[in-house]
Order: sequence, then C-alpha cells, then structure tokens
Amino acid sequence: MKFSKSILVSAVSAIALAGIAGQVQADYPEEPISYVIPFNPGGESDITARFQEPVLEEILGVSVNVSHRPGGGGAVAWSEFQSNAEPDGYELIGVNIPHIIAQPILRSDAGYETDNWEIITFFHSTPNALIVPANSPFDTLEDLVDYARENPQVVTLGGSGTYSANHLDMLRLEREADIDLTYIPFSGTGPLPAALEGNHVAGVFNYTMLGVQMEDRVKVLAVASEERVPALPDAPTFKEQGYDIVGGAYRGVAAPAGTPDEIITVLEDAFAEANRRIAEKQEPLGFVMEYITGDQVDEVISQLKDAYAPILESAE
Amino acid sequence: MDMLLEALASLMTFEGLITVLVGVSAGLLIGSLPGLTATMALAVLLPFTFSMEPLQGLMALGAVYMGSIYGGAFTAILINTPGTPSSIATTFDGYPMARQGRAYEALAGATIASVIGGLVGVTFLLLLAPPLARWAVAFGPSEMFWVAMLGLTLVASLSSGSLLKGMIGGCIGMLLSTVGVSPVGGETRFTFGFPPLQGGIELIVALIGLFVIPELLSMAAEGRSNITESAELGKTKVGIRQVARHILGKPVNLIRSCLIGQVIAIIPGAGGNVTSLVAYNEAKRFSKDPQSFGKGNIDGVVASESSNNVMVAGSMIPLLTLGIPGAPPDAIILGVLLMHGLRPGLSLFTESGVLTNGFILSMGLAALMLLPVGLLGARLIHKIVIKTPYHFMVPAIAMVTILGTFALRNSLLDVGIMMIMGIAGFFLRLIGIHAAPIVLGLILGGIAEQGYVQTMLAAVVDPIPWLRLVENPLSKVLAALVLLGAATALLPGWLERSGRLDKGESSRGEDK
Repeated sequence: MKFSKSILVSAVSAIALAGIAGQVQADYPEEPISYVIPFNPGGESDITARFQEPVLEEILGVSVNVSHRPGGGGAVAWSEFQSNAEPDGYELIGVNIPHIIAQPILRSDAGYETDNWEIITFFHSTPNALIVPANSPFDTLEDLVDYARENPQVVTLGGSGTYSANHLDMLRLEREADIDLTYIPFSGTGPLPAALEGNHVAGVFNYTMLGVQMEDRVKVLAVASEERVPALPDAPTFKEQGYDIVGGAYRGVAAPAGTPDEIITVLEDAFAEANRRIAEKQEPLGFVMEYITGDQVDEVISQLKDAYAPILESAE
Repeated sequence: MDMLLEALASLMTFEGLITVLVGVSAGLLIGSLPGLTATMALAVLLPFTFSMEPLQGLMALGAVYMGSIYGGAFTAILINTPGTPSSIATTFDGYPMARQGRAYEALAGATIASVIGGLVGVTFLLLLAPPLARWAVAFGPSEMFWVAMLGLTLVASLSSGSLLKGMIGGCIGMLLSTVGVSPVGGETRFTFGFPPLQGGIELIVALIGLFVIPELLSMAAEGRSNITESAELGKTKVGIRQVARHILGKPVNLIRSCLIGQVIAIIPGAGGNVTSLVAYNEAKRFSKDPQSFGKGNIDGVVASESSNNVMVAGSMIPLLTLGIPGAPPDAIILGVLLMHGLRPGLSLFTESGVLTNGFILSMGLAALMLLPVGLLGARLIHKIVIKTPYHFMVPAIAMVTILGTFALRNSLLDVGIMMIMGIAGFFLRLIGIHAAPIVLGLILGGIAEQGYVQTMLAAVVDPIPWLRLVENPLSKVLAALVLLGAATALLPGWLERSGRLDKGESSRGEDK
C-alpha cells in the first residue's frame, strides 16, 4: 500500500513538476520538520503543540521541532513565515482565527495576508464563554442584559486582547442585544482569573477553558458554541437563550503557499490522527476537537470573516 | 501533616535527589547565560519532563526555576551582565566588588542569600498560601498603576548623582516600552511601517544591549579585562564563613529583603526584576551608609539575590491557589499542572496534597542544593573569568550575548536592536545616563500604561474618571507611598540646596 502510494506520488510529481523548482520528495518526510508557535510558551497554542509533538513524530517518523517566535500578537512570526518559508513541507506554523482575519484588516503594516498560505487543518476550537464571579448579582445572561440596557456602559467585561475572539464576540452580543457594555482588554488569559476573583470587572468574555478551570468560583452565563460543551454540561449556549452568537478561537497549522498537495495530505492525516490521540487529554480542559480540512477551511474563514468584518471595519 | 511526611518520603529517594540536583545544575547553567531567562529554561527543558511521573516532572521544573534565577547572579557579578532580568540589581554592587577583587566574596554572598531566600519562599508557600492568596486579587488595574509608579520612584536612587539624568534615562526607557503593539487597544506604535517591529523591544534584548555592550566596549577601549587587574587581591582570604557571619550577624537586611520579595511576588504581573530592584532600593534607603551602595557593598547583593529567590516559591502562592501566575515563568508551570490534569485551587492542597506538598518541598531541597552546586560552580567560573586574558574574554562574551539574544525569539532583528542599544548605551553612559533607570522605565512603562488605561476604560461612566485611580483603599495607600517615596528622594536634595547657603557660608568661613 505504502509502496504503491509512493510510486504514485513520485509519478504525479514527476509529471506535474518535470524538473521545475521545488523538488517534491517521493517519500516525504525525510528531514526534521520545524513547527513554529507564534506565541509565548505556556499558552493554549504551545500546550497543544507539546501534546502533538510526540504523536506527530511517531506517525511521520521524523523529529518535529517546536519553537517559539512571539511578538505582535502572532503577526511578527506570520509575516516572516509568509515572506521567507520554503514550500517544501518542512516548515509549518501555527495559525489562529480570528487573529489572521482581524490583524490584516486593522493594521496597515501587519505584514501578512489572511489567505497567503495553505492552511492544513484547524484541529480544535475554544468557544467563547461569558463568565461572572460566583458572587455576581447576575445569575443568567438575561439578568446581565436587562441591567446593561438600563445602565449603559456600566457593565465592564474583561477579555484577552483587543479585537480578539473575546472582544469580537462581546461586540456581537452588544449588537444582538442592543446594549452598551464596556470592554477592558487584558494581556492574554493569564490575568483574567485575578480580575474575576478580585471583582475588578463585572465579568469576562473568555474561552470555555477558563470556565472549567475556575468551575467552583465562577458562573458561566453563556457559551458561544452550537451545542453545549461536554466539559461544561450545565452552561447554556447563547443560541438557547436567543442570541445567534457562535464563535471563539480556532487553532490550526499552515504550510507556505505552493506546498504540493500530496504533502498537505500527509500532514492532514498526521494532524488528524494526533488529534484523535490527544482528545482524551484536551477535551476535559474545555477544548472542542475539530477536523476542519480542505474546502471547509475556506468556509470557516469566510463565514467568520462575514461575521467579524463589519465590526472590524467600523472599528478601523 | 501526614501528607507532608508522605511527600517528604517520596522526595528523599535516590531518583528524587538526582532529579533535583540535575534540575538545579541545568537551571544554573541556562540562567547564567545572558539572554536565556528562567522562562526559557523551563520551556526548553519542559519536553524532558513529559516521560516522567507528574511529581518528578514538577520537581525537575521547580529545581530548574530555582537554579536559573540564582544562576543570573554569576554573570551579573563577574561581567556586569544580568543573566536573567531578576539579577539587574545584583550588578549594582556585585560588579564593583568583582572589580575590587572581591568577586568570590560577592558570589558567596549571593549564594547564601539565594539559599535563604529560596527557603523563606518555600516556608511562606507551605504555611501561608491560602491567606496570602487573597492578597493577590486585591491588585486590580488601578493598584498596578500605583505599583509601577512606586517602582519609578526608584529612579531617584538608581541615578547615582544627577536626578535629572536619572529621569531622562527613565523617560527613554518608558518611550522604548511603547514601541510595538500597545498593551491595551492593540494599535501598532512606532513601527515605521516595518512589520517585525510589531513585536516591540523585548526587555532582555535591551538589558543585554545596555549592560553588556558598553562594558565590552570599555574593556576593549581600556585594554583591560574586567577583573584580572585585581586577581592577586582575590587571594586575600575572605572565606565563606566570614561572609555568612556578616550576612547572618545583621539579619535585618535579609529579613526585610525576603519580606519585600514575598509581597511583590504575590502581585500578579510583577516578577523577579521588580522584587530585586525594590529590595535593593530599600536596603540602600535604610542603610547607615547609603553612599557605599553602588561601590561594592555586599548588602546590595544580598538584598537583590535573597528577594528574587523568595519570588520563586512565593509567586506560586497565587498560582497554586487561584491559577494566577505571579511571575512570567509560572505560566509554564501552570501549563504543566493542567497537562497532568491538576486544576489550581484549594483541592490541590487537599485531594492531591501529596503531590503539591512534594512539589513545594522539592523547591526547598533545590534551594539547599544551591549551596554546594553554587559554591562549586562559582569557584570554577570565577577561575575561568580571571584566568582568561581579555582579548579572548571580550569576543567570547560578545558571541554568547549575540547567540543569547537571537535565541530569545529566534530573531535577527533583536540582535540588531541589541547592538544599537548597546552603542547608544555606551555613549549615554559617557554623559552620565546609566542603564539601570532606562531598564526600569522599560519594565514599568508597560505596567503603568496598562493599569492606567484599564482604569480609565472602566471609569468611562464616572463624571471625573481620574478619581477611579484612588477609589480603593489599597490604591490610596499605594498612592500615598508613591508621594512618600518621591518626597524622601527629593527632600534631602532640596534641603541641602536651601540649607547650603548658611552651611556653605560657615564652611567657607572655616576654609579661609
């Protein structure tokens, strides 16, 4: 099976490329693969890559080197990758939605484009969740919305970053419910438990993981997913409560534009298999495993682009 | 109690001891290389712990953390280069001591202070974690703004001589902190259309540039090695016992520094760099002989190194109880805990108490191991630095700093920024603007900005938004401390100037 596949691959590549640039290796991969995480160690992207690394190495039979290239909310690494990386399947980078949608719209000098690469797969998503401290006067989403309608701008909601997944879905809630909230950006998810615990904000718009992590000290008023998240069975979705908000961060991995399809397929399969094997560790933390590949990638991006673009463009 | 004993038993195995020993040594080595921080040491060594049991993995990482924070002192003392940002204040007196031929004394002082600091932090964590954790959440945006302002009053004592020049340095640092994506709001600033600048100027990059390069340039210019000239003096025996007697004989400095270290460690967002600077400043303020600071007073080294090692275990109080990383390296420890299915909270101390207590105790063990490992390492490194002629030393250090800077974010641009800052730092030093206030501005500028903007955002409905800054009791207290700090820094100078008239006249009379 493997033999015939490699013959097929080499035949296809020989015909297709016939000695033009970018030699497609018949038996990819045979060199170490570099996997760049555009954020600091310790975050969700990093933790996931650490889970994937040994599984990928086992499946692909070569070493996978995870390295970090933080800066500018990911933009530094992404702009470098799009201008420098070779499309030979040995250079991969983690990609995140909504970052790769929002930054090129908001910044004139982001240095990269949303579509200028081959996104291999989005392997998981972390839905947004509206979380308030356990001693908060709001017991339901309705309580919070009613209060905010009578007291515009008084309800402060913290979140990770500006025009991040958290911020964008908070803005969608404002539009849907026709209320006026005040968003307070924090640097990353790290400071948010303290902000909740110390009542520095009325609540936070963050990911489901925080709700799981602080389960006994907070109330999760709503989750921005299609269906309830397994790790938080008691938390209702926004949809159940009449607001059409489904969103969060999607994490995936990309190869440079022009990487041969055969190589993309090999990587797709490897990441999917890795996902299946690490699911039992990640799901209890609040991650939602995804297997988005090929055309679905473009669908997800364009769908979220439509949801976010009006908000982003009015912000610009 | 049973849990403690059980934890201790699982620690005192051959495997446990070796794990901690290897962890401490690896941490020490990485920490002593400029550019490689404690956070990086943990990130680099993290994959090695995957195959271990949860407790063993945590023990290894705790030991690495302890070792790397201590390792920063080596280069701080010997080549005026803080190996990690936590050792900035160690350079102030450690390096002058080395140049006077008292390098070994400084290293011994740093070692003893680190061991005691580490043990104090572990004790606090073991006994007082739940009550102290409540403190951590009291620091909201407005409080953080005042903490940063309080830190900026340190400029006065760091500017050694001219307050104006110190302030200029502080302002340069704060300006540098604004390059890149803004912490609140996400706009890009001062990138001049150059995408890689979105990443801003990393503290470590500035630190290496401003501390190391000027030192290398003057070593090359003066044709001297940094401490060989006094190598002979180094042989005058100041043994470890005398150093220990000096430090323990007057424990006030040590106790004060440890308490400062613990208080600041709990505040989320303020790491070892802030603790050591504040502890140094207070040691100087309360000293009977503040003039001797910055000229080779071992108390300065002790204050800096004890407080930053308290931070190692101390900053885990909010981490283990609330899931709030007290310092940047803690974020990695949090990741490891989550990976092993351990959720921060009080259940960590009850349900999985053996594991948690084992982890805490292993940090204490790591602190103890700093003593033999550190003293041995100190002797070795000291000998190498003294024996190597400067024409080998300068290029070697230059090479290490360039590699360290590059490794930080895999960025050549950072190397360029480091060089530019280094050359600028050399000339700024010639006109009396020193690196310390610049770095201080760079560290605290971002914290102050974020606290201020967040407070103002939350106060959008208030008639007078600025009042939010002093709304809480804690922020009032902190604001008062800032005023007090500024006053104690400015008053002596002002009194001297207004009092100089009669004093000057009388002394002039005597002169004649």
